Amino acid sequence: MVGSCSCVPINGTVYGVALDVDDPFGAPSDLFTMPPYHRAPKTPVLFIKPRNTFLAHGGSALLPSGLQELEVSAALAVIFSRDTRCVSSQQIQAVIAGYTLALDLSEPGADFFRPPIREKCRDGFLPIGPAIVGGHELPSLDDLVIRLEIDGTEVASFSMNAERIGALIAEVSSFMTFRAGDVLLVSRTPLGPHAGVGSRISALAAGLGRLDCVLERDEEVVL
Amino acid sequence: MKHARVAYRGAVRETIVVEDQRELLFADGQRAGFDDVVWLPPIEPGTIFALGLNYADHAKELKFTPPERPLVFLKGPNSLVGHNGDSPCPNDAHQMHFECELAAVIGRKGRRIRPAEAYEYVQGYTIANDYAIREYLENYYRPNLRVKNRDFCTPLGPWIVDATDISNPMELGLRSFVNGEMVQDGNTRDMIFGIPELIEYLSEFMTLQPGDLILTGTPHGVRFLQPGDEVVTEIDEIGRLANTIVREPEERKPELAPVIESTQ
Repeated sequence: MVGSCSCVPINGTVYGVALDVDDPFGAPSDLFTMPPYHRAPKTPVLFIKPRNTFLAHGGSALLPSGLQELEVSAALAVIFSRDTRCVSSQQIQAVIAGYTLALDLSEPGADFFRPPIREKCRDGFLPIGPAIVGGHELPSLDDLVIRLEIDGTEVASFSMNAERIGALIAEVSSFMTFRAGDVLLVSRTPLGPHAGVGSRISALAAGLGRLDCVLERDEEVVL
Repeated sequence: MKHARVAYRGAVRETIVVEDQRELLFADGQRAGFDDVVWLPPIEPGTIFALGLNYADHAKELKFTPPERPLVFLKGPNSLVGHNGDSPCPNDAHQMHFECELAAVIGRKGRRIRPAEAYEYVQGYTIANDYAIREYLENYYRPNLRVKNRDFCTPLGPWIVDATDISNPMELGLRSFVNGEMVQDGNTRDMIFGIPELIEYLSEFMTLQPGDLILTGTPHGVRFLQPGDEVVTEIDEIGRLANTIVREPEERKPELAPVIESTQ
């Protein structure tokens, strides 16, 4: 580990890939054929988690009144070591500084039609950490299993796939630069399970450790 | 006062703009002419918000019903390029168009900001040209990043004008010119969600921070561009932002792309 503290270990722009289910372009799930879309995306479905969403390991994400549950998904956070543009999938080891875990929190019910700003960008909606682990400290990415727990019970897991990560970086870097320190969140579950106020959410992976956060009710100031 | 960020004689520097003399005044008293510097985006922003369909006439032009709540999307800092910069048009794109937009720079941290107090959180204003490439639109999270987050396809600048120097940000003429011909002529008064409403909307669910940037959308006027076109976007009381459309380099074969060896 490069260091472990209860701080946010990244400060670049965080890009996420949504709906990256197995073979999304070859065998679309029902989601892709439902109206009003009807057609699977031809390129990776990307979103941005802005800096106000970053939350350190052990922190609390606040749910506004009226919101009972959040959708939760675990992700592998890939951190870039250098400005990255037009790289091939075979070159990614040269551009990756390391990895950590992330929890992508969303208000349920986003319709995928418009960018999920209100749903995904509340303060604290991206727990990330606990620390950046260099690629050389991890066994093969293909052996990496990311697990999601709610209150100590595993609710989802997915295995990583180095080839897919390489393909995503190659595709996205074909039109934009990942700057040194930027982050790409990769998840392999289309829609996350829900968790309510008081839940303790964790992402875990061998070699990356454990990232925790607690969902709490936002005590809103009455204006 | 107007504030710019430029590269001058090998250094990146912040500077004050003396517009009538076409000069830049540095903190150490040194001066440089407008033509002697490379103009950089006037801010290294935090979060970049942008608005879609925020003018009723533009929404109508694109055959959309105006949104009931602000249609916000985010951009990364890779997208920005300064005044007099180049924006690459992909070789297969025939529907790249300009979008002249008033950009508000947030100067104070705030959450749950009331509209009546919103202007207290704005430090200044600049001009953005939020280019889009329409044929890359997909029906998910639209406008998708491939349309709106391309490298150097969001000219910003030339400078930031202090908010106190703008008489009324919701009453500013915006114009765009392609090769000298006026192709867009609007006014910020026609925004669907004005700056106070946008700040109220965003800060209701997230904390706005100094350096955050809000691109407030564009009025009616679409013209498809091609490499070589000179595009100027202009806003009253701020200035004019020039940009050139260039051809994107021939697609590089990824295996030939230069990769600098890691120093680790």
